[in-house]
Amino acid sequence: MKIQTILGISLIGATLFAGSANADVRDIRIGVDVPYEPMEFRTPDGELTGFDIELGNALCAEIGIQCEWVVQGWDGIIPGLMARKYDAIMSSMTINDDRRKQVLFSDPYFTPPSAWFAPAASDIEMPYPQTLEGMTIGVQRGTLQDNYVTDNFGDVADVNRYATADDMVLDMDAGRLDIVFLDFPVGKATLIDSKAGDYKVIGEMITEPKEYFGDGFGIAFRQRDEELANAFNEALATLKDNGTYQEIYSDYFEAK
Amino acid sequence: MIDLHGYGPRLFEGAMITIQLGVLSLILSVILGLLTASAKMSRSWILHRIGTLYTTIIRGVPDLVLMMLLFFGGQIGINQVTDWLYYQFDIDIFINVNEFVAGVLTIGLIFGAYMGETFRGAFMAVDNGQIEAGRAYGMTNWLMFRRIRFPLMMRHALPGLSNNWMVLLKTTALVSVIGLSDMVRVAAEASKATREPFTFMLIVAAIYLLIASVSEWGFAKLQKRYDVGFGESN
Amino acid sequence: MESLTQWIQGLLADNTIFTLQTLSYYGEGLVTTVQLVFLSLVIGLVLAVPLAIGRGSKHRWIQLPIFFYCYVFRGTPLLVQLYLIYYGVVFIDGIQDTWLWVILEKPFVPALIAFTLNTAAYTTEIFRGAIKSTARGEIEAARAYGMSWWLMMRRIVLPSAFRRALPAYGNEVIFMLHASAIASVVTIMDLTGAARFVYARFYAPFDAFLFVAAIYLCLTFSILYLFRYLEKRLLVHLKPSGQ
Repeated sequence: MKIQTILGISLIGATLFAGSANADVRDIRIGVDVPYEPMEFRTPDGELTGFDIELGNALCAEIGIQCEWVVQGWDGIIPGLMARKYDAIMSSMTINDDRRKQVLFSDPYFTPPSAWFAPAASDIEMPYPQTLEGMTIGVQRGTLQDNYVTDNFGDVADVNRYATADDMVLDMDAGRLDIVFLDFPVGKATLIDSKAGDYKVIGEMITEPKEYFGDGFGIAFRQRDEELANAFNEALATLKDNGTYQEIYSDYFEAK
Repeated sequence: MIDLHGYGPRLFEGAMITIQLGVLSLILSVILGLLTASAKMSRSWILHRIGTLYTTIIRGVPDLVLMMLLFFGGQIGINQVTDWLYYQFDIDIFINVNEFVAGVLTIGLIFGAYMGETFRGAFMAVDNGQIEAGRAYGMTNWLMFRRIRFPLMMRHALPGLSNNWMVLLKTTALVSVIGLSDMVRVAAEASKATREPFTFMLIVAAIYLLIASVSEWGFAKLQKRYDVGFGESN
Repeated sequence: MESLTQWIQGLLADNTIFTLQTLSYYGEGLVTTVQLVFLSLVIGLVLAVPLAIGRGSKHRWIQLPIFFYCYVFRGTPLLVQLYLIYYGVVFIDGIQDTWLWVILEKPFVPALIAFTLNTAAYTTEIFRGAIKSTARGEIEAARAYGMSWWLMMRRIVLPSAFRRALPAYGNEVIFMLHASAIASVVTIMDLTGAARFVYARFYAPFDAFLFVAAIYLCLTFSILYLFRYLEKRLLVHLKPSGQ
């Protein structure tokens, strides 16, 4: 702790940008890690889109503020919030106790299960430590799936950790991975829907144990921005009542 | 013609970021290098120690590790300070170390150590007689630095400087790992999306070679200028 | 052994980050880093010797390709070379069905190839400089003895060139150690990979990266001292004598 404070003080001299902002509910910036289809990704011409982006914009409109999206890699996304690079994170972030120590979460706005995905030809039936022995498992670094796989399969299998879900899919296509573990909607969009017949879901949807899988996706704020979090919670309740939420939801998660 | 799948403009922006990053880090590293060289040559043992500690640590740790330490750690460190200010004094400041700033700081810091060695050797190579002559003319220290020591030193420092710049240029690629959209990151994204790694990576390699060749030419010109008065054979 | 484990456990009782599990990540990372760097240096060295000789050849069609290889691999970032090889091998048609895929499937071998090609290019240039600076008199003496070209290379030119190349090669070894940190980008759990894992899991950048920086510092110093020792032993004839 002491070392961190000293380093912190010495680093303050090394920063270039300084300005000020007040603590009321105001126009904000939201951090997001792309691509994570269909939750958040870019169109080929660089526009951000996805479930999080559309719901986030709807929430901001409901509150009556302007929101700007800031793209940030996953492994720096919480520090970025602390460093005020943005004021909220809306990037498929699962609410769990570890993160609650760092940030303040909104009410969950979406609760996806995690699932295992493997090539269609794979003969794995159920992913247990015995059945995955000696295999190569892909996860995204620092996600709850990473923690779950590391603790339960790390001793028997190779775990490849990727900076983005994209990198993981690429290595899956290349045949470098036997099986991957990720949020079900993301896996469904990137592995099942866009490559008909190449991949399949193995076993059940996984939501337990809670110590890993937490309570769904939440918007993260700095601990002290309670007002802001409350504003988003109210807006979320309104959108769920008036059907806007359902509209966006069916755009992304229901068969067309 | 090569099909860039619409990534052309972003690749160009990425190349611009690479160049900006390189040039800004170079400037920072030259400043740090001059300071380090002075510290190491100074009579004060504290300055000497600090200079030595700096060059030793920097040259002992991988660039990527230093970059991550500064980028990820710098944010949390600053966050702790600003939070403390907020809770203690209700002062709310917004301080932002983005990837670009972290990149410039780290690369500048790393190459400052190497530049320090280059400059130290070059300063020591300056003929003492020249300095004595300056003193005899009654020049102040600053004037002597500007008119005599710096230009003469540069002649000896340029080969090392040019070498450091070439290495620095390639080091900029590492910022793509911490998330800055330099040309390597754009090319990596493009190769993943289009499944054509050869196209994009080879283009990026060619751009690096082009920048290197242009700078080599530029340094040769500079060397000619600083060599004035020393003859061909020297 | 058991008391040692207990001692470490006692030492670590107060912190939540450096558990035996995370320390074992760092330990495995250390092994991977050392393997990767050592193997690429050894193979690179073996490649560099003939390349350096060829680089000085009078035949254009030997000299030019080697020059071009060195120019490209020294002029572009290692990260680009790593991406090219790691992602590139996948797109060679039908490679997944050959025996080659067994070794290319894991990230270790593609990274090893990239590192080896990179260090071989730098080492070639180092040796070329050393070979070029062989004293003319030595070569003339060898010729006068009627040595064949090969014998002269083996007995006269290369041994003294190796010695002269030693300081520069020491720098290259340290450079390779530091460059190897990018292996973590292609999922290899080397030292840096272990640090990134610990950072992502505990959000503790200072603990994760300062610890790994200290390990790298120790490795760098070990290499430095090894080369100082070698220089002392092998370059003794270049020191002023008669004292």
